Amino acid sequence: MEALMASAIGLLTAAGIYLVLRLRTFPVIVGLSLLTYAVNLFLFITGRLAVDMPPILRKGVESYTDPLPQALVLTAIVISFGMTAVAVMLALGAYLSAGDDDVCLPPDDSGAEGGA
Amino acid sequence: MSHWIIVPVVLPAVLAAIMTLAMRYHAALQRVFSVAGCVALVAVALGLLAEAAGGGITVYELGNWPAPFGIVLVLDRLSALMVLLTAVLALVVLLYAIGTGWDQRGRNFHALWQFQLMGICGAFLTGDAFNLFVFFEVLLIASYGLMIHAGGARRLKAGVQYVIYNLLGSTLFLFALGTIYAVTGTLNMADLAVRAAEIPVEDSALLRVGAMLLFLVFAVKAALLPLHFWLPNTYAEAPAPVAALFAIMTKIGAYAILRFYTLIFGPDLDVTADLIDEVLLFGALATLAVGMIGILGAKRLGRLAAFAAIGSMGTLLIAVAVFTPQSTAAALYYTIHSTLAGALLFLVVDLVRARRGALGGALVPGPRMAQHGMLAALWFGAAIATAGLPPLSGFVGKLLVLDATREMADVWLIWGAVLATSLVAVLGFAQAGSVVFWKLDGADSSPAPQPALPLVACFALLAGVGMLAVLAGPVMRYLEATAAQMHAPAAYIAAVLGQG
Repeated sequence: MEALMASAIGLLTAAGIYLVLRLRTFPVIVGLSLLTYAVNLFLFITGRLAVDMPPILRKGVESYTDPLPQALVLTAIVISFGMTAVAVMLALGAYLSAGDDDVCLPPDDSGAEGGA
Repeated sequence: MSHWIIVPVVLPAVLAAIMTLAMRYHAALQRVFSVAGCVALVAVALGLLAEAAGGGITVYELGNWPAPFGIVLVLDRLSALMVLLTAVLALVVLLYAIGTGWDQRGRNFHALWQFQLMGICGAFLTGDAFNLFVFFEVLLIASYGLMIHAGGARRLKAGVQYVIYNLLGSTLFLFALGTIYAVTGTLNMADLAVRAAEIPVEDSALLRVGAMLLFLVFAVKAALLPLHFWLPNTYAEAPAPVAALFAIMTKIGAYAILRFYTLIFGPDLDVTADLIDEVLLFGALATLAVGMIGILGAKRLGRLAAFAAIGSMGTLLIAVAVFTPQSTAAALYYTIHSTLAGALLFLVVDLVRARRGALGGALVPGPRMAQHGMLAALWFGAAIATAGLPPLSGFVGKLLVLDATREMADVWLIWGAVLATSLVAVLGFAQAGSVVFWKLDGADSSPAPQPALPLVACFALLAGVGMLAVLAGPVMRYLEATAAQMHAPAAYIAAVLGQG
């Protein structure tokens, strides 16, 4: 179980970083999503892997899993979901106004930086 | 339990919600509420500063759950100071945004502004590491909106870069928090300090990894070389009032480094001793050099101001890296100075850009501008403050930083770097100023009537930098008390965990 979780997180992170380095907005956003999946899994197991154990106090149960990482990961999921939505909207806006999906800024000689 | 501590978080949040829901199409009403909110924030921050100045540490338990089980807000001298700095900066820059009409060039400027303040104040006040992450996200998501305010292809593209970089930073933050939680089983900062001290050195590899990851996250925020790449494009392309408010954003990174590495991973903790000192010091020296050389090499005023922001972070982080009470006080003084001076520089650059029309911020000779002499004087003041020449507070700040590093082994390297880069910055500012203000070319533009409010905001910031130099004595007394409080974290821990 440990090996499975660890390799899954490692694989997701590696794939995410590879995609982020592609420098086109669509692969970058997919890469960011993969990275957030990796970090969510990682947060989830920071309270140690515990299979089939309840997180909430119950009568007659001896061992529990740590409930706090589950609360943390919920928060992280909500935030990363919102952030991905913002990134998609922003990337769409940039694509529609600039006409390409390159992440890099083109060199600019017009002096128009920061203007209205 | 006093409820005033949570006002800097709740007030902007409520105001922003009201503005979005009830006065979406009432520009004047939004302005009134936004300015009133900022004035109230300054007043509350002053009250909090007066409360914290006595040396007491006030803890506010959210939901009345005692620490370490619930989330706490903690008011000490440091957080009170940072909240006041944020509130003052936000008020002055907001007046500039209203005076120039920047706030009307896109939708929802004021609501985003208030959400941004909520995030910044919350980040300064919270006493919980995961809550710090949440407030980072609040301030970041508001800053994404502000960054692309008024639109434009280049700005949107720079905005995409900024968002991607910060999403990666947030992911790294979560990895760091997860690692630290796995080792210590807590995320309350005071509780973390207790648990980290109990971990034996031979079992501490994972904790050191967590501490280093956390440092990298804050280094991204503080634009420490080589993690500064997000800053030049973002600051140069962002609307000027937003770039001026972002002057406090890099300071949040420096604040978090100071907070975590004095309270939790303090200089006396064997496990993480000397973990970041060297990295931070040499990174800061490189940051300083790149920032100041960037001033000399910039071809545009906006990028010049952005590199000046990087350079000032370099000076600040040199003082942070020493980790003695004296150097921490110097770092805090430089924080106040560089926030005000950096904001002033962005606003002056924007005034020049707006008056030069199609030329914009390009460093080429242009026609005489409306209020040419006044703008030249403001540029002169901003340049003196940023480069660190007397009589403004940049000089006092650099003197304090130099004095604080006198006992270091690398003292000649540090002094040489700070003094040489100051000269480079002076040259860069003089070169840019003489091209823009002295080498005139083309017909005079007819002096159109200009609103006074933007100039008032600029002169208020300039006066702030001047007053900081005049009142350096009283300010330093407060900052020395702040640094002493930070370097004796036992009181903080006792106050939060309720053993005091």
